[in-house]
Amino acid sequence: MTLLEQLPALQVAIPFLAVPLVMLLRPRGFAWLAAVVTSAFVFCTACAMTVHLLGGGHLDYAMGSWSPPYGIELRVDSFSAILLLVITGASTLALLGGQQSITTQIESHRQPMFFAAWLLALAGLSGIVLSGDAFNIFVFMEISSLASYVLIAGGPDRQALPAVFKYLVMGTLGATFYLIGVGLVYMMTGTLNLADMSDRVQAVADQTPILVAAGFITIGLALKAAIFPLHAWLPNAYTFAPHIVTVFLAACATKVALYVLLRFDFVVFQPNLAGHTLQFSYFLMPLALLAIIVASVMAMREKHLKRLLAYSSVAQVGYIMLGASLVSQVGITAGVLHVFNHALAKGTLFLAVACLALRLSSLGIAGLAGAARMMPLTMAAFVVGGLSLIGVPGTAGFVSKWYLISAALAHDSLGLLLVVVVVLGSLMAVVYIWRVIEVAYFADAPDTAASRPVPALLLWVTCVAAAANLYFGLATGVPVSLAQAAAGSLLGVAP
Amino acid sequence: MDILGYYNYWVFAVLLMIGFYAVIARGNLIKKLLGLSIFQSAVFLMYITMDKVEGGTAPIIQPGAVDQIYSNPLPQVLILTAIVVGVSTTALGLSIVVRIKETYGSVEEPEIFDADDV
Repeated sequence: MTLLEQLPALQVAIPFLAVPLVMLLRPRGFAWLAAVVTSAFVFCTACAMTVHLLGGGHLDYAMGSWSPPYGIELRVDSFSAILLLVITGASTLALLGGQQSITTQIESHRQPMFFAAWLLALAGLSGIVLSGDAFNIFVFMEISSLASYVLIAGGPDRQALPAVFKYLVMGTLGATFYLIGVGLVYMMTGTLNLADMSDRVQAVADQTPILVAAGFITIGLALKAAIFPLHAWLPNAYTFAPHIVTVFLAACATKVALYVLLRFDFVVFQPNLAGHTLQFSYFLMPLALLAIIVASVMAMREKHLKRLLAYSSVAQVGYIMLGASLVSQVGITAGVLHVFNHALAKGTLFLAVACLALRLSSLGIAGLAGAARMMPLTMAAFVVGGLSLIGVPGTAGFVSKWYLISAALAHDSLGLLLVVVVVLGSLMAVVYIWRVIEVAYFADAPDTAASRPVPALLLWVTCVAAAANLYFGLATGVPVSLAQAAAGSLLGVAP
Repeated sequence: MDILGYYNYWVFAVLLMIGFYAVIARGNLIKKLLGLSIFQSAVFLMYITMDKVEGGTAPIIQPGAVDQIYSNPLPQVLILTAIVVGVSTTALGLSIVVRIKETYGSVEEPEIFDADDV
């Protein structure tokens, strides 16, 4: 056995093993360092697996040498690889730059626990995208959710508590719905392995429990993924979480639930259930369109910078769902690409917010007056992230919007309407990003300037993230080929 | 339809809805968590019910037993895991309620929202 074959297991095992270590490291800074090293290590393993998978194919790992479908199978393909890159990359960048920001928001004696919860969330999220076992996915989902509730509740504002309570209740409802669905499928097929399930569902595809299961699983995961109108938990949870936690969760938490939704629907139900394509797209497409319009309008009216960006996240989930609900090769490619590109854009924006929060007393938009003069580099990164969010050519966001519009045009009856909504959504993004930029660049600064300087590391990380937006806007090869392979494997056609 | 034959599944559905109703309709955070617990317990019941094989005994191989019918052990194992998940969710939820009570002085949702709107 080569090392490469062990990487899928190491990807989840290393962060889990690091958790007790991080909890025990009491001297200041050591827990942070251990968490950064762990996170960077799993980022490297994710990169190694991605490089291996660029030529197509997948990596399988039988847990404890129990062969699937009896044992739990870890399975990495292009779709998992792109998600793993997003999860581990966001975690590493956020942790690396975040020490100062965390110190100002979390008391120092709580920090080892905070980093332990962070690594649990990281391990859980990685586990979800690695696992090929429906129940195993549920367990990892709950590990990552419980850890992220703890992370969000660490926010210094007391409003974090009701926000996290709401997230906990809705998240648990979603996960339990998923559990009911998995139970019903198991009842009919006798298997939990996704690939095996796909083969066996065929024989019982017209039975009521399977149809009910498809409904429960779709709704449950839609709750977790904050698909409009099930997004009520998201804005406040993102707003009141510690700034660095928002960077991490905004980049990957909802995307991972979307990943499970797409994987389950396309691997298990799509090839087997008659009329599933129609149901899937007629159910999710209106929701996606509404998400784009309504959430963008909310973002335009919002006065708090973090909540503005959170509503924009709900709209971006709409773009991803719109791509997926077209059920075509180009459409799903656009959706998967947008998972990657939105994580880049939103990660950059929230990193810039973390910088701003160190200097400014309030994150209300009015409080940003003169920020560009005080912190030119941070605001430059914010502008780059904003352009990428809007989808300006030359940034990463443009690539996925381009694919999305080509896929929409290929749709026979609704093509033009979809393009209009996508363009309208982008124009609204121009408006809400401009509101921030206008205040930051053109409003007069108040005299209460000069507080803590932004640490060089955080500034550097923010600039790297912004540069990544530009880089992946021009060098589109790797994400596009991964997304195309992912769409091919979801639709069951060999790439 | 054979209503009595699906007795457990009816209980599952009724419990599920009782729990769901409590989560949605109650403003008291503790009652919401109670509802959430009932909601999860209903799912445990569903898993336990589906593993029962008529005439089956506990899935332990006994020496000398021939043609023994066993209940399916897998859903029981799954649901043990799910119970652990449910317990930790409830524990975390309760600890958040304790902190909400400490900072807001109330566990009633409307009062908490009013406190922040000022």
